[in-house]
Amino acid sequence: MAELNQDSGKGGKGGKVRSKKNGGKVDLTAMVDLAFLLITFFMLTTSLNKPQAMDVAMPDKNVEQDKNTDVDVDEHRSVTLVLGSDDKLVWYQGDVKNPLQGPTVIDYSNEGLRSVLLKMQKLVPQQAGGKDVIVVIRPSEKSVTRNIIDALDEMKIVDIKRYMISNRIMDDEIELLKKENLYND
Amino acid sequence: MGKAKVKRASTSIDMTAMCDVSFLLLTFFVLTATARQPETLTVDTAPSYSQAKLPDGNLAIITVGDEGKVFFKMSDPNVRVETLQRMASKYGMEFSPEEYAKFKGLEDFGVSIKAMKTLLAANDSERTAEKQRGIPVDSTQNLTNELFSWVKEARVASANILRNKAMEDGKDPDDIELMTVAIKADADEKFPSLNLIIETLRNQKQNKFSFVTGLKAD
Repeated sequence: MAELNQDSGKGGKGGKVRSKKNGGKVDLTAMVDLAFLLITFFMLTTSLNKPQAMDVAMPDKNVEQDKNTDVDVDEHRSVTLVLGSDDKLVWYQGDVKNPLQGPTVIDYSNEGLRSVLLKMQKLVPQQAGGKDVIVVIRPSEKSVTRNIIDALDEMKIVDIKRYMISNRIMDDEIELLKKENLYND
Repeated sequence: MGKAKVKRASTSIDMTAMCDVSFLLLTFFVLTATARQPETLTVDTAPSYSQAKLPDGNLAIITVGDEGKVFFKMSDPNVRVETLQRMASKYGMEFSPEEYAKFKGLEDFGVSIKAMKTLLAANDSERTAEKQRGIPVDSTQNLTNELFSWVKEARVASANILRNKAMEDGKDPDDIELMTVAIKADADEKFPSLNLIIETLRNQKQNKFSFVTGLKAD
């Protein structure tokens, strides 16, 4: 105890313990490199792993069931896309039994679906007296989610104002797909 | 002519401040980054050009893949607990407080309500996609369509929780944001299984929903 006191007194009063100066600088370059690498990593992962969302609005079911509210639509305005297998689809304008245009097999590329939509977007207002096109997307049982997303994506890109997904595929349309060999598993 | 003396500046720069700043930023990003739990059923979503992002909270995701297997995920742990309480009373089941606590931490699940107890009793490593058969779903609005009940009760639970919170904060309880329902479907999933889910949502007037997509590169 006494020794300890004496020791501290001595240290405070007199001879400074000389600390060896080892040069105050450390090379921080590598450390900064590493820190920035990690920053970049965390920045990119936090903002990039958020998945994209595509909003879809379906018509209300009760309205659909009410047959009295069915409105007659000019057959010129309706463009139907029947999604088949093998990443192909069939499109036609008007009624399936007596289509005004088509049915034609196309794919989901720029030259296929997009050019058809762009063409119809211009053509339909001329035929139907200024009214815009209504696109009906009708996925068949053999189509996959990718096809529906692709079709919806094209609607957004081409800026089709009125479109809908319909799950009531008609037998004539299935026949159409079978004839074009687009109804495979 | 005297030779011009070239002054040699020291090549080393003091990096201390830079190091400080970069570590400060690093700490910030590490802390704000949320650790993402890996999903039980991993699906490969179809790419799209859509720029919209999914919201962070108040979200329910229905995952479908692997030949029509359906998984359900609720983002908010409190909503999970209340949803399970509502489901338990709807299907006449009892869960212990421990099971509720486990369900609170359960990221996603794909079993029928009858098999829920077994799933909660299992270890994390045993809750693989192969062991979970998927939530039963059909085109009806009955109790057999368990996905219908899950989505419905989750929506009610989320609305209840947000309404209570709004009341506590002294805000208008009717002015709350409704839960977002998203469908995360495998790109190669056939339309019939997707259609069942869309119909399930439409049957409860959830006519607006989102498809989860990836980003198209080009």
